[in-house]
Amino acid sequence: MGAITDSVKGFGVTFAHLFRKVVTTKYPFEHPVAAPRYHGRHILNRHPDGLEKCIGCELCAWACPADAIYVEGATNTEANRYSPGERYASVYQINYARCIFCGLCIEACPTRSLTMSNEYELARDSRSDLIFTKEQLLAPLLPGMEKPPHPMWLGESERDYYVGALADPGTAAGAERSPSYTAGPEGDET
Amino acid sequence: MGIEEKLPSGVLLTTVERVINWARKSSTWGATFGLACCAIEMMAAGAPHYDLGRWGMEVFRASPRQADLMIVAGRVSQKMAPVLRQIYDQMADPKWVLSMGVCASSGGMFNNYAIVQGVDHIVPVDMYLPGCPPRPEMLIDAILKLREKILHEPLGANGRKMLEARTARGDVPVVAPGAMPSSYRSDSERRKEWEMAVREGREEQLRIENWMKDGRHLQGGGRW
Repeated sequence: MGAITDSVKGFGVTFAHLFRKVVTTKYPFEHPVAAPRYHGRHILNRHPDGLEKCIGCELCAWACPADAIYVEGATNTEANRYSPGERYASVYQINYARCIFCGLCIEACPTRSLTMSNEYELARDSRSDLIFTKEQLLAPLLPGMEKPPHPMWLGESERDYYVGALADPGTAAGAERSPSYTAGPEGDET
Repeated sequence: MGIEEKLPSGVLLTTVERVINWARKSSTWGATFGLACCAIEMMAAGAPHYDLGRWGMEVFRASPRQADLMIVAGRVSQKMAPVLRQIYDQMADPKWVLSMGVCASSGGMFNNYAIVQGVDHIVPVDMYLPGCPPRPEMLIDAILKLREKILHEPLGANGRKMLEARTARGDVPVVAPGAMPSSYRSDSERRKEWEMAVREGREEQLRIENWMKDGRHLQGGGRW
């Protein structure tokens, strides 16, 4: 008799689970929101006029514990200007087959050029496709931005760019909160 | 391999190819090959919260004979390499390999004498998944991309010839099979957007643009 009541009890537990709330997430049909500071794909940011923030200093490459970043710097000229100041990165590659998304490159970047997005759907079927070049990493041109090379429009020297960045960071997605950002209903700074 | 090598080319073959590939991509059972931390995420992907059972692959087979897909999850040491190859050889055709995490894909941060610098030195890899470790969504994304690839695989010698002819004619899809992120592919509007961006060669910018536009990371970050 005990065996029957026990099995009824046992199956009762199983049956009760039918009426529980489903815990399964609906990915890929619903894109789950990652944590605000989730370490995802990198972005190379731009100044508000479209010039690149990257100055080709290679600090990110030196900080990288997995040797995933390759940078080649070149000198800006008046006719061929990609970033304010002396230098820019003529080659910038991140090898996502090596990158461990630790964020040390972000910490090392002196100009807030390199930041991380929350994008993570990166799987590819060849290793060469996983090496992202500068064209792929650069932030999109927002309204008011012009594709470099072009002269410095926001000031006389690079100093004006860095001082101005406090008020208007250009694209700095994932790094600073933009001035237009207002706290959501749940409040900010989670 | 079998009868598909002897099939004539033409209309019949493409239809058979579709049906067989559809059967092959559905319910690819995984061979358990958890080697390190990535295996924890692989297990999480099989558990109810992410539920690989939605694609019929919640069973990870310990026996390679019953597995179709080997998910190499974790860093492969030199000593493990022959074991990995043996498991692969024991799997029945057709079989696929997914290299999960950067260590399996290229050695990752372990650039030293003990670790194989990418499992593609040992076995042919069909899909590389970066991340350290990749979150379960990334694994699901990689599996879905692999399924799309399987769906477009040529069948047998004649199928390969026809694919070559199609490629020579330029009759190929805009986005290569297995290149579009799953969240874009599963939404018809976003899918069109992505295809348009690929034509202009700015798909990576589109991804960042949409992410910045959504700004969901600024709104308290979901369930955290």
